[in-house]
Amino acid sequence: MWKWLHPYANPEVSYHFTGRLLPWFSALAAILLSIGLVWALLFAPADYQQGDSFRIFYIHVPAASLSMGIYFGMAIAALCSLVWQLKLADASAAAMAPVGAVFTAIALLTGSAWGKPMWGTWWIWDARLTSELILLFLYLGVIALHSAFEDKNLAGKAAGILTLVGSINLPIIKYSVEWWNTLHQGSTVSKLGKPSMSLDMLWPFLFCFLGFAMLVAVIVCYRFRNEILARNSIRPWVRELVSARATHK
Amino acid sequence: MTIKSELTEQAETSLESSEKITMTHSQMKSLSYRDAFFLVLKRDITIALRHRDDIINPLLFFIIVVTLFPLGIGPEANTLSQIAPGIIWVAALLATLLSLDRLFKSDYNDGSLEQMLLSPHPIFLLVLAKVVAHWLITGLPLIFIAPLLAVLLHLNEQSYGALILTLLLGTPVLSLLGAVGVALTVGIKKGGVLLSLLVLPLYIPVLIFATSAIDTASIGLPYSGQLAIIAALFFGSLTLAPFAVGAALKVSTN
Repeated sequence: MWKWLHPYANPEVSYHFTGRLLPWFSALAAILLSIGLVWALLFAPADYQQGDSFRIFYIHVPAASLSMGIYFGMAIAALCSLVWQLKLADASAAAMAPVGAVFTAIALLTGSAWGKPMWGTWWIWDARLTSELILLFLYLGVIALHSAFEDKNLAGKAAGILTLVGSINLPIIKYSVEWWNTLHQGSTVSKLGKPSMSLDMLWPFLFCFLGFAMLVAVIVCYRFRNEILARNSIRPWVRELVSARATHK
Repeated sequence: MTIKSELTEQAETSLESSEKITMTHSQMKSLSYRDAFFLVLKRDITIALRHRDDIINPLLFFIIVVTLFPLGIGPEANTLSQIAPGIIWVAALLATLLSLDRLFKSDYNDGSLEQMLLSPHPIFLLVLAKVVAHWLITGLPLIFIAPLLAVLLHLNEQSYGALILTLLLGTPVLSLLGAVGVALTVGIKKGGVLLSLLVLPLYIPVLIFATSAIDTASIGLPYSGQLAIIAALFFGSLTLAPFAVGAALKVSTN
């Protein structure tokens, strides 16, 4: 497997490989999202209790789970960069961080937009909401640390250490917040525990989920390619690429 | 033999650069891990005792922050005793945060931090010594002053034991986790604000369990569970954080 993987540690190979992947991801994201969102927002049956306002979950749930998934991805990239000194892993973590932060913010905003009609308030200190908010803080810390360093390589290493420390802390924070919540206040709102979803709600949800996942892949690929170019701007292959593109136009 | 001579050489260079430690030559020759640990510990405490502001200012900050809350919220004893654990702990977090800067900054500026990283002793040990010194200088005074502030806030009498125990177990965690943040930001010009952004989210579990232990104690229930978890956080960070600090210092000093 290492033999198969190691060419991708080369920035140039990686750049072209993600370039080849990009159209597939984009096409899949466009198809899945357009089908999923139209189906979910217009045709899926309304919930018998919550009416139409539950439809925001078709965006909220994918955003929330992807926000955690992206952090997990960042932690893996950070580990790879620390253990095997892969510079590209740093680049990919740097590419993922803002995307994760935006998805966390989307999850929080859509969640509170749903909470207003359902719970009667924009915000409650529910365990899930709180841990999602803290996840946002962790993302912002990583991004801030990234931008604080002049040298991109140093920034990547420092942010990687922070990501790993955060990834150890994240489960602890999650459970402590849950415990704090049950200790301080009775759970006023029944958890969003999923009752078995009916199939005509599940299918559009799956489409939406995969569509958003593909969207993340597209954005991360774009940002990753930009990071590669920015970090290798003095390499000859980047110069050739730029001059080739300039002559095309 | 060559290792030993290298060791003395490096110890000498580190001494020359910092000029803060006085030590005889014969001591240097047999610098065991324990000696190295206590040497760094002693050095840091000596420096801190010569700059007393560094000890007193965070403490004053702690006291002032706590006195601000009754002024903002109102002097009713019931309300105050209800929010006292949270206030004391949040103030302790902020005071620790304020004092963290001096953990590596001056050493970084005068170059002795690099010498420490170059020394043949494991970074884990040296970092641990520095963090222990930091805790002795800033964490321990907080614990002594906290009961006094608890009186001002009408903390429930049953909670004093819990307050002291949580501070005793919790403030080392704050120093250890904070050290990771400082190590990451020590090379940055305006690291102070960034430091709070990095470190405060990591402090949340300690805050939650400490205040919940004090709350539980105030209604007369056993709080050993919360204490056990804080102790677990303490030992977890004691074993893991110095590694992260060492790695972060290597990045920061480049």
